[in-house]
Amino acid sequence: MSSVPVPARPEELLIFTIARMLDDVRHVAVGASSPIPGAAALLAQTWSAGRMRVSVLGSEHDNFFTDGGRELFDCAAQGRIDAFFLGGGQIDGAANINLIGTGEYPRNRIRFPGSFGSAYLYFLIPRVILFREEHSPRVLVPKVDFISAPGCSPDHVYRPGGPYALVTGRCVFAFDRKHSRFRLTSIHPGHTVTEIREQTGFEFDTSSELVETPAPGSETLALIRGPVGEAVSKVYPAFAARVLGINAQGVA
Amino acid sequence: MMNTRALVPVESIDELAARVADGASVAVAPDYSGCAMEVVRALMRRGARNLHLIGVPQVGFQGDMLIGAGCVATLETAALTLGEYGPAPRFTAAVREGTIVLRDATCPVIHAGLQAAEKGVPFMPLRGILGSDLVGHRNDWKVIENPFAKANKEDPILLLPAIRPDVALFHAPLADRWGNVWIGVRRELMLMAHAARTTLVSVEAFSDEDLLADDRLAAGTIPALYISTLAKAANGAWPIGLFGRYAPDHAHLQRYVEMAATASGFEQYVREYVHKQRVSA
Repeated sequence: MSSVPVPARPEELLIFTIARMLDDVRHVAVGASSPIPGAAALLAQTWSAGRMRVSVLGSEHDNFFTDGGRELFDCAAQGRIDAFFLGGGQIDGAANINLIGTGEYPRNRIRFPGSFGSAYLYFLIPRVILFREEHSPRVLVPKVDFISAPGCSPDHVYRPGGPYALVTGRCVFAFDRKHSRFRLTSIHPGHTVTEIREQTGFEFDTSSELVETPAPGSETLALIRGPVGEAVSKVYPAFAARVLGINAQGVA
Repeated sequence: MMNTRALVPVESIDELAARVADGASVAVAPDYSGCAMEVVRALMRRGARNLHLIGVPQVGFQGDMLIGAGCVATLETAALTLGEYGPAPRFTAAVREGTIVLRDATCPVIHAGLQAAEKGVPFMPLRGILGSDLVGHRNDWKVIENPFAKANKEDPILLLPAIRPDVALFHAPLADRWGNVWIGVRRELMLMAHAARTTLVSVEAFSDEDLLADDRLAAGTIPALYISTLAKAANGAWPIGLFGRYAPDHAHLQRYVEMAATASGFEQYVREYVHKQRVSA
């Protein structure tokens, strides 16, 4: 590495932003194909001095479950998982997410893989962070074509969990569960409110305390590019090599 | 004690595949678990038809291949995903053309349905899911009021029927001579074997040791009671990897995705890699 510090890359800003949302979490679960949330969880784990548990689903090494695929879901239903991440081919202003496809079901014009565990985990994990790097009217729509998992439920429905925030490549929205609306809380450096309005298909509120998304300081960057990056490269080798320039041991 | 155990038959891959009848419901594992790819290729060669494929709880390459080969009538799964390889080409085409019936689910519904079958009960309740459009499309799911709720308190809850597959089909690292099958921590394979009427397993290798004799292995071993038929297939999960044994053949999987992008490319893939004897990776 050169002696002149490299400023935070966009991915590093996202890792830092998401990690700050996991401050007091005991156990966070993350998908094997979600490198940015995964790296954020590993950074937050480092901050917690190892108190936080991180489960990487589908990984042979960073997954301590021993009772098969069902255990994660039973664990969540008991309240043993505090934070999780969901994405969506489409996300709407009420935080409904669509993992099925666009157009009419079942013969969707564009078919996505499927709902996975979203319809369950969105209800049961207290802090679900929606993460989608692409921030465009194609993804952030007025109303999703299919509700894989609803953002909100009537009061009488058992629901300890739900959406907490939406993090995109342009900004951060907090989610107000009572009013079922997003509120723009921070804008990443180099982006503007006007641009975000143009690129967002749903209506949202704007925080009176709107700020620029804080960038990671040199200490955090050193962590991300050092010990955290090493851990990331074991779980997400392609991402670590491409973005952080860290190659996992044994990988050319 | 050992010599009083009935032996589980060991057959060739084609004989094992022949036990999957056309029209059968077949539970299979995701790519990160144990996929009996050699048997899947045998099913494609035979031209199996009208299968009701169940992903436990999701399915990957084997689903796309069986759909492409016209073997699947119904797909019941929480997802069909090729992970980092992008959209599943034959699945996507089949959805667009409406050639398969979709029973979209969510992961815990599949697990809980199999757990109901495991217990021999007709249904299972499950939290969450209410308000998902999945509920409206699954007329076999029901919403009831929790009969144990406190008086006058509304508490709707989803009931889903037991899933009892005709066949559980998977690949495992090891079996012993008595038909016990070691699956380690991949206990969704145990659940599948408990729930299904028939369990067909291909294995990397056979051990002469009794897997149930060692407590460290026994906890991750499916007893022969649940195993119907075994077949040996070294590297049998290729081109998908096998947990703890070998990694996916990335170059081949990439090639599959490229070739399967069109119907004719998929046919060529089948000619080259399913009908011809494969060269060991």
